[in-house]
Amino acid sequence: MTSTPEDRARLGLRESATFDRATIAAIQRAAQTGIYDIRGWGAKKPLPHFDDLLFLGASVSRYPLEGYREKCGTDVVLGARNARYPLHLDIPVTIAGMSFGALGANAKEALGRGASETGTSTTTGDGGMTPEERGHSKHLVYQYLPNRYGMNPDDLRRADAIEIVLGQGAKPGGGGMLLGQKVSERVAGMRDLPQGIDQRSASRHPDWTGPDDLTIKINEIREITDWEKPIYVKVGASRTYYDVKLAVHAGADVVVVDGMQGGTAATQEVFIENVGIPTLAAIPQAVQALQELGVHRKPDGVQLIVSGGIRNGADVAKCLALGADAVAIGSAALIALGDNDPKYAAEYEALGSAAGFYDDFQAGLDPAGITTQDPELQKRLDPAEGGRRVANFLRVLTMEAQTIARACGKAHVTHLEPEDMVAISIEAAAMARIPLAGTSWVPGWNTGGAF
Amino acid sequence: MTTTFDLSAVGLREVNQALHAPDLDDEFLIENPLGAHNVAVGVNAPIKVTVNGHLGYFAAGMNQQAEVTINGNAGQGVAENMMSGVVHVTGSASQSAGATGRGGLLVIDGDAGARCGISLKGLDIVVGGSVGHMSAFMAQRGTLVVRGDAGDALGDSLYEARLYVRGEVRSLGADCVEKEMGPEHVQELAGLLKAAGFADDDPATYRRYGSARTLYHFHADNTY
Repeated sequence: MTSTPEDRARLGLRESATFDRATIAAIQRAAQTGIYDIRGWGAKKPLPHFDDLLFLGASVSRYPLEGYREKCGTDVVLGARNARYPLHLDIPVTIAGMSFGALGANAKEALGRGASETGTSTTTGDGGMTPEERGHSKHLVYQYLPNRYGMNPDDLRRADAIEIVLGQGAKPGGGGMLLGQKVSERVAGMRDLPQGIDQRSASRHPDWTGPDDLTIKINEIREITDWEKPIYVKVGASRTYYDVKLAVHAGADVVVVDGMQGGTAATQEVFIENVGIPTLAAIPQAVQALQELGVHRKPDGVQLIVSGGIRNGADVAKCLALGADAVAIGSAALIALGDNDPKYAAEYEALGSAAGFYDDFQAGLDPAGITTQDPELQKRLDPAEGGRRVANFLRVLTMEAQTIARACGKAHVTHLEPEDMVAISIEAAAMARIPLAGTSWVPGWNTGGAF
Repeated sequence: MTTTFDLSAVGLREVNQALHAPDLDDEFLIENPLGAHNVAVGVNAPIKVTVNGHLGYFAAGMNQQAEVTINGNAGQGVAENMMSGVVHVTGSASQSAGATGRGGLLVIDGDAGARCGISLKGLDIVVGGSVGHMSAFMAQRGTLVVRGDAGDALGDSLYEARLYVRGEVRSLGADCVEKEMGPEHVQELAGLLKAAGFADDDPATYRRYGSARTLYHFHADNTY
């Protein structure tokens, strides 16, 4: 028998760390098909992440707030720098941009419902704004993407904020694709494309390049919308320090930084796993840029939203402690909706996957009815019930972040600071610029030593 | 009633705010624009706007309903994402003219730079002179008419937009091919030329280009 790891160990069978079974399968797949692998989700390889940070709870030198009794604020104001109507969110967790096209209309509506119930924002994507989403979203961020599918000034005016997208963490420097099986009549109509074709999303904006042009573009959108709405700039994490500086110089009110664990609906596996930097490494770079420009954590400053692999309230608290003003969730929100639910185990198996592993969001066959345009599959997702689950999840994230903030003696979750944390790996210490636990050593940033 | 703004004396915000007022049906004259960016963007009213002078980036961007005449040259992204109405540039336009435009008519009497009609989504563009390289790149819907020549890689990765060129095409982009001129194309072209003020052109002297549709489905043979 060689069916279990124990059986194989007993026989002395040894798997190569370099050519592990997933690698062997990838080579076999490439040899068979002659085309690279396209999938959804974000980077799956192990990366230094928030799990490598811990909080220092209060004790003698700091005193805590009373758990779930004492007030610990969670509200956040975004975009007060230039906009007549900044966003006032009740919680610092927002829903990241995901397109109608990548997701079905029920999923978009459910995300809007969940966000609205908890007083936070949701975001459109590379497919335009749907009435379902606008109707069920109290705060809706309208993405301005290179392809401008469905882009129009009426929706710009209907939006609560506008997010100019330069990239996303799963594929900084890459465009996108929506394979034909998801280009339904409605999706095609919104994107001015023939139905059923494989659709390419551009990697570059069609009418501007570089930071000086971006300044003029931001000004154009402000002029079109009469300076009413906050303008975000979203970048995939790569040269984050420079990108954030340039975005702020160009006039961004809010900068969104998406790390490589951030999800996508359809990108080449090689791109997802090998381009971009981990979220943990991006945040301190962004914060440093904002601090040097004097706009970090100021009422008329520039807010930082971080996304890419945020899964629980501890991750939220760690992002805020590192200097983010808010976070955005995408993959976690889809899981809350029912993505990879074990109740569909048999159907995932039938698709050659398994519950907990399914990432073929490009295929449009999602058993959970989320990343599909198939009307029958979509019926499996009730938008009201989905919205309730998303709202529940957002509440838990917020309560968990508050729990940690109170333990650190903070009356507002955004009062958390780097000083409240230590790192438990050298990599995380260096990337997050947080001392290794039990030392004052921040690799690459000080010479270290004893307390 | 005609309202005149002197852009050397008043700010851009004041001008655009006035052009966004509700229930407008007047005429507006903008003098001394001095290459300003973002002039007359986001207009959504059946008004006439005349600009005497050169403009910078994104002139008449996202225009709805209005008839905008620019008596001069226009910078990058003129009439970008315009939805309806008419934008007329009497001089030449820089790159990305009419980018992602979704409806209406854009007329450029002179030449247009690179990427004219990039990502076009329904707008009709008529260029009196020539266009630069990568024009109509990934153009999805709408029409690009060029009375002069087209630069390299015309119509690269084209979808369903239709291209008519009278002069020489330096090279065609990936998946862009010459197509036969049917009677419906002659009729369409004649109508656009007339609307753009070039009714004397003989549509028969133009050649038509469109998508070969070989890139519509992603497979191993067209990935690199």
